[in-house]
Amino acid sequence: MKHIIIIGSGVAGLRCAIELSHLGIRTTILEKQSTIGGKVRGWYKLFPSFTSADDVVGELLRQVTSSEHITIRTECEAVGITPHVVTLRGGEQLECDAVVVASGFELFDARQKEEYGYGIYDNVITSADLEDMFNRRAVKLTNGGSPRRIALLHCVGSRDAKVCQHHCSKVCCVTGVKQAMELKKMFPTADIFNFYMDIRMFGPGYEEMYREAQADYNIHFVRGRISEVSPTIDNRLQIKAEDTLTGRPLKMGVDMLVLLIGMKAGASNALYESECNLRRHESGFMQPRDHFLGNTESNVKGIFYAGTVTAPKTIGESLNEAVVVAHSAAEWIKHTA
Amino acid sequence: MKRSTWTDYQKDIADNDYYYARSCIRQNFFPGSEKAFLNIVGKDLGRNIYDDPLHTSCTGIGYHADIVPLDTIMAVVARQFALMTEAGYENFTSSCITSFGIYTELLSTWEEFPETEERTRENLYKATGREFSKPKNLAHTSDVIFHHRKEIAAKAKRRLINAFTGEPLRVVEHIGCHYAKIFPKAGIGGSEFPYVLAGMVEEWGGEIIDYPERRHCCGFGFRNYLVQANRGYSIANSHKKLESMAPYKPDFIVTNCPGCSMFLDKWQYTIAEMEGTTYGQNGCGIPVLTYEEMAGLVLGYDPWELGMQMHQVDVEPLLDKMGVEYDPSAKYLGINGKYIGKPEAAVVNSRAKDTLYKIRK
Repeated sequence: MKHIIIIGSGVAGLRCAIELSHLGIRTTILEKQSTIGGKVRGWYKLFPSFTSADDVVGELLRQVTSSEHITIRTECEAVGITPHVVTLRGGEQLECDAVVVASGFELFDARQKEEYGYGIYDNVITSADLEDMFNRRAVKLTNGGSPRRIALLHCVGSRDAKVCQHHCSKVCCVTGVKQAMELKKMFPTADIFNFYMDIRMFGPGYEEMYREAQADYNIHFVRGRISEVSPTIDNRLQIKAEDTLTGRPLKMGVDMLVLLIGMKAGASNALYESECNLRRHESGFMQPRDHFLGNTESNVKGIFYAGTVTAPKTIGESLNEAVVVAHSAAEWIKHTA
Repeated sequence: MKRSTWTDYQKDIADNDYYYARSCIRQNFFPGSEKAFLNIVGKDLGRNIYDDPLHTSCTGIGYHADIVPLDTIMAVVARQFALMTEAGYENFTSSCITSFGIYTELLSTWEEFPETEERTRENLYKATGREFSKPKNLAHTSDVIFHHRKEIAAKAKRRLINAFTGEPLRVVEHIGCHYAKIFPKAGIGGSEFPYVLAGMVEEWGGEIIDYPERRHCCGFGFRNYLVQANRGYSIANSHKKLESMAPYKPDFIVTNCPGCSMFLDKWQYTIAEMEGTTYGQNGCGIPVLTYEEMAGLVLGYDPWELGMQMHQVDVEPLLDKMGVEYDPSAKYLGINGKYIGKPEAAVVNSRAKDTLYKIRK
């Protein structure tokens, strides 16, 4: 039986393994962390349908664990990749007929944007922290109170030359709208402001969400980036921004600031480039063989890419890509047998 | 505040053998501070420091006011480095924040664009016949005091503690814009959470106040001040900071920039005269200290020897709070007991409202 190694157990890796098992191909999923499921496990509801993240990951995990063709190995880091051998940290070598790299992305570390005071001031949190709070049913201020005014800041660690993250992370705009709506449902009397530089509502239903957020949820959208955050004497946060539509500076006190952190290239990508001869884009994401006719293939035949290892993508896009990769890899194995 | 990021921004600061470059304006506004620095480093800390009478202004004020062209300031800075080289030193320390910013900027320019360094060397040689080596270590003088802060604490005669309550003094630290806002890595703690003054204050027993407009410029800004018509903009900036810090009831402000020390001090006088508003806890202004004055008080220097009588806002309430013994009658006696003159009464140093009113009339 043919064997494919999948590096990464996020939604793309899991979906790819399921599709390959349908095609009768044995897979081994290697996961660096101690648990599988990737970053979506930490999310609460998914845009634009507010589907529970648990429902999506749970279904994928159910299918993976019930398949006899899929083996999962956690706490295994791939440090060497060729189409037929994957070397783990520690030296163990695993043989295979092809490799799918689905090792995903990293969340931007908001502490790098020092002016926002993440990790320094109370009640400055990231979008990932907020999802965790949603999951724990514990959205509150550090003093236990409820926020009366909340600001969400878009593009933290995206489209920002100062932190060498030139790319758009694609999903943060709609995440900001989704989270603002969830917060409004939770705190109906709170004032909620989204500070943005562009609103990029590219997907189905996104633009409608954006309109609904304004028309039905009374969420305010201010076109301007926050320049700095400071604490106030009553332990609130003072934010400064420029409303670029009115051309006026703006100073506002808020109780909570949510930083919509971007997607950064995976930490393993540099190693893939230096040790495995795989090409990497200057953004740090892996470079597909061709953007049109080889978007899921690497520059090395027999090594494929699925999901956010090549660029920021939505969960839906990652899942679709995983199916494409499964078929491409299966086809490649057939021809090289 | 969970101040942690400052540890990410550290830099090497030479431990000894400094070539000292003075500030143009500090010698007029706070003449005791540079003298105090030389005494603290040379006598209290026993380090070697050279105060070179041959060096000039770096011309930074003219540069930032668009009067001095880039090639000119590069040649002037090259001459300062040539003097350092000729004197046998490698560690350059500058008393002025703007000069420090200039030196940092030009060294970086020469690094990025080597042809500009070559051109500067040629210009300097043609003009003066001099040649120079770049400093091995460049530090602002507040960096040097920060570097020795523990040694100063070990020799301290007093700490930054309220002698009446035993509580730490509450201190506003204000960093000059040109210290780290241009090159964050050039400053201890970077530009957002600078630690160079905070580190001294905490080491010597005080407590730092973080207030909403902490990062805001004092308003000096060269053209804001140099062009008389723009001075309203300058005072508006100081006003914004003072309004923001006052609710935290600071005992004093400490700065590491000549302009900031002057404007945060003297604009308090102006605001008090214009509006009758003062920002200190006692109905007077908030004393503004240089870091050398703060270090000098900790080391037991006499406040009048430190030149603190030159402040617009009287420092006596702070001295009393710290338990500093001083001779009030000696305040306006200069070197050798010569009377240096006494300023007119000012609203910023008055407490009784009726007195204020009379003055304003």
